[in-house]
Amino acid sequence: MPAIIYILIPFLPLAGFVLLGLFGKKYFKSASGWIGTLLMLVSFILAVYVAYDYFSATSIFPRNVPVKYTWLVFSENISIDMGVLQDPISMMMIVVVTFISLMVHIYSLGYMKGEERYPTYYSFLSLFTFSMLGLVLASNLFQTYIFWELVGVSSFLLIGYYYDKPSAVAAAKKAFIVTRFADLGFLIGILVIANTSDTLDYNTLIATLTSTGSEQASSAAASTFLGASALTWGTALIFIGGAGKSAMFPLHIWLPDAMEGPTPVSALIHAATMVVAGVYLVARLFPIFSINTPAVLDIVGWVGAISAVFAAIIACTQTDIKRILAYSTMSQIGYMMFALGVAGYGGESGLGYTASMFHLFTHAMFKALLFLGAGVVIHYVHSNDMKDMGGLRKKMPVTHITFLIACLAIAGIPPFAGFFSKEEILLAAYNGNTIIYWIALITSGLTAFYMFRLYFSIFWNKPYQADHHSGHKSEGGWIMLFPLLVLALGAAGSGFIPFGKYINTDGIPLESHFHLQFSILPVALGLAGIFMAMWLYKKQNNRPEKLAASLNGFYKAAYHKFYIDEIYLFVTKKIIFNLIGRPAAWFDKNVVDGLVNLAGNTTTAVSESIKKLQSGRIQQYAIYFLFGAIGLAILFIYIWK
Amino acid sequence: MSDFIILMKSELVVTTIIFLLLFVKIGKGMRNEKLLPLIQVLLLINVLFSFVFNKEGSLFDGMFSTTSLIAFQKSILSLAVYLISLLCSVWLKRSEHLPEFFMLMLSALLGMFFMISSGNLLIFYLSLELSTIPVAAMANFDLQKRASSEGAMKMILSSAFSSGILLFGISLIYGTTGTILFSEIPGQLDGSPIQILAFVFLFTAFAFKLSVVPFHLWTADVYEGAPIATTSFLSVVSKGAVAFIFITALYKVFQPLEETWYLMLVILSIATMVIGNLFALRQKNIKRFLAFSSIAQVGFILVGISAGNEIGISSVVFFILVYVFSNLAAFGVADVISAASGKESIDDYKGLYKTNPFLSWIMTLALFSLAGIPPTAGFFGKLFLISAGAAKANYIYIIIVALNMIVSLYYYLIVVRAIFIDKNEQPIDKIAISKTVKLALIICGAGIILLGLLSWIYEHIQSLTV
Repeated sequence: MPAIIYILIPFLPLAGFVLLGLFGKKYFKSASGWIGTLLMLVSFILAVYVAYDYFSATSIFPRNVPVKYTWLVFSENISIDMGVLQDPISMMMIVVVTFISLMVHIYSLGYMKGEERYPTYYSFLSLFTFSMLGLVLASNLFQTYIFWELVGVSSFLLIGYYYDKPSAVAAAKKAFIVTRFADLGFLIGILVIANTSDTLDYNTLIATLTSTGSEQASSAAASTFLGASALTWGTALIFIGGAGKSAMFPLHIWLPDAMEGPTPVSALIHAATMVVAGVYLVARLFPIFSINTPAVLDIVGWVGAISAVFAAIIACTQTDIKRILAYSTMSQIGYMMFALGVAGYGGESGLGYTASMFHLFTHAMFKALLFLGAGVVIHYVHSNDMKDMGGLRKKMPVTHITFLIACLAIAGIPPFAGFFSKEEILLAAYNGNTIIYWIALITSGLTAFYMFRLYFSIFWNKPYQADHHSGHKSEGGWIMLFPLLVLALGAAGSGFIPFGKYINTDGIPLESHFHLQFSILPVALGLAGIFMAMWLYKKQNNRPEKLAASLNGFYKAAYHKFYIDEIYLFVTKKIIFNLIGRPAAWFDKNVVDGLVNLAGNTTTAVSESIKKLQSGRIQQYAIYFLFGAIGLAILFIYIWK
Repeated sequence: MSDFIILMKSELVVTTIIFLLLFVKIGKGMRNEKLLPLIQVLLLINVLFSFVFNKEGSLFDGMFSTTSLIAFQKSILSLAVYLISLLCSVWLKRSEHLPEFFMLMLSALLGMFFMISSGNLLIFYLSLELSTIPVAAMANFDLQKRASSEGAMKMILSSAFSSGILLFGISLIYGTTGTILFSEIPGQLDGSPIQILAFVFLFTAFAFKLSVVPFHLWTADVYEGAPIATTSFLSVVSKGAVAFIFITALYKVFQPLEETWYLMLVILSIATMVIGNLFALRQKNIKRFLAFSSIAQVGFILVGISAGNEIGISSVVFFILVYVFSNLAAFGVADVISAASGKESIDDYKGLYKTNPFLSWIMTLALFSLAGIPPTAGFFGKLFLISAGAAKANYIYIIIVALNMIVSLYYYLIVVRAIFIDKNEQPIDKIAISKTVKLALIICGAGIILLGLLSWIYEHIQSLTV
């Protein structure tokens, strides 16, 4: 296949960004949405074509690098390349990214219509898609980092899209700072890895480190720092970067706030693509994690499991529907993370890896659907709060049905997509780590509960009062409903894809077995959660309040998100600011600035005093010239001999 | 014969253009509006032609030689001349003696071509003069301005002085080695005091042309007085050509004295950077500011030259290529503004972004590149220069160089701050930019960005130096 096709997939959105960013406002204000969508459509078709071509060619999937451009060479082996890495997970990811992005592009044609900065919105969307595609296709650890930061920047721009809203600006800043902080870990990790393994190229990196007895592998294991090998530090630091982007506990605090962005943006960035970048990163380096540093993989597992249950509990108490979805996303990403954490390398033990990628895929479908559906609802009621909703099922039938499908999928009810991927994850956890298995099981019950709490509160509960809000009262036209229907098909059917055949740790196809006995418990728990939610929220009643009152302290803590934000504020404002910030400020003001001022003043003074050199008199110039020549001659003939 | 034509084709093309202009002049004369585009096309042809039919070889018993590296260097110089003809077209159109100006400029260019191809001290001396004297006449081209004549006078006097010392050095070399051929001198050098003296004298001639401290004093006066076309020619083309032949002289001819010239370069480059920076810091006039900052840039070039190996050559050639785009863009914007509004003070640039965003962005790009801020090409240029300079493991030197980079960052950013942040009640009015100038500025801007991103350019230069 010609290299240009691979290159076009990310570059079409880039072209969209440049075109709309530069000329959108002036020349095609209203057409910019269609231009962006069209470019995205072509990119999506190419991505599907490339992926289809790759998966249908053989039954063993090699790791190819069809495009490679060496950009900066640091040493013989270490260079920063720009390339395309073709392997099962990257091929899957380009399809997911372009597909969800296309859906969001189409949806936004309706949702963002009439916005003042409509072309800007589409140009940012294209920039984000470009960065994300660059990230997943990267063939080099540093290329990943570059696009990783670009993804951060473009998501910053999109979260802060309503820049006249102070809360949006604050949220964008928070997301940027928290993830930047984590990225610092990533960068240091990259440097450590580059130093120990002497390469940045994924193929070589994985090949040299995982082959036992290679020089790099043994040297990387030998050099230690604070009791852990350099490689352990490297992968752990890289995981910190991944945890930041993927909103894992305790670096998750930016994700709920990021919901200030336009809702389609949340669907794209905070559901299906950017937030799974951390999972993708761990999966990308999975052989190293699993063979060289199993201890770090354990951390991955535990962080994932804790995040999953932690976010699920919080989600049960929130009333802002986008925040509920945000916590649900965090919880589901926790699933993907611990699935990787419990996986081993090769054969049946690699099930967790397959399951993680499978869940990433299905989750992208149903979570994007949930967000877009929530967008329709918000568009309709002009509020994010569950309390303003209820009884909407008759007003918006299409949204209702698709939302229900998505809820069933995320709750893990057969035969919807989430069931299959979650089953695999649970099975992997059961074989890998029993405690994590039980955590996951409880979480899956909680998931069903909070999702149906959301569902019943929006569409059932009290009858809808169409009162104070004037304006259009429809579901938002087919342009917004079409993506919902397409995604609903994905959420319903994508579970039947035999993922184990395509994506596995060692290239040997993994048969997916269906264990009836094993499935009974999770499905029963899921159903229990649904019935519980139904009992509490289908009709308006006072049971929820009673329940909340009986769980008083715990409920309050969960409602306040376990005070994590407050802890951060306390640590940063009170401790760091007082103990480090203030003394540092004093030092900076009195010592550093003093020195800098001194240097500045001296420079000016010297500069002032030598200005006579430049007198404008040619005779003097000649004298200086001669003195210069004679001085050099004396210096080198007599002194420096 | 055919060898003669192919090896000297750059020189022949330039000579042909000079004669064409001469005929235009003595004929009935053309209006500037018609003539200037014609000249620009001829110069473009000269640039394009310099990339084809290149052959390595030497002529006249080694007096003249050319290699693919030299051919590439000539291409850079031709490109710079072409860009100057575009950038300064407003001023040039107004000039009464347009053909003469280009005849002088091209004669100087011809001299530089011969200079970087020279294989013998006499040819070198002759071509050096050919490349200097016309420039002094060019400096005098603002006939009604007293500063212009003064600058030209100072330039001719100081170059005469420098030439005297150079000739003294050459005669001492000939006296002690018995040869003036570049290929034979290294074998005869024994490092005796008289040879060191001769070498120092030769060295000062290069240092004078490059405006190395303390041989730089003519620079600011000439730069300020001369029209911008001349100033940019002096600061880019002259400096580039001399740096190229300087490398040949040090690396090939005076290779046995490497220890001496390495120390000399270290001392003089530090002096040049420090003095250039200190003077640039306090300039209020944009032309003088650019003049002193270009002195500091020369200091950085010397750092690359001090490496004494292939990386030194490739980093210097690359840096000069970058420098052509960056410096010409900066001078170009300064010229547009001074031609339209007569304002040359940095304070006048305050609030420029509000009225002239295009010029502001180009100026910013150029200054970022000169300061060495990534991802502009200037960053990579400086990076390569400094890593070349680090080859001798003289880390204190490198730290001093880095400190000087920080100082230069400061004063370049002062201008950027004036353009973007500082408030001004009466900013410079919106300036209508002619298409030619705009094209040239866009070429420069694109060059500044692309040279940094396209690694194959540097790799190509590297492949030429091996």
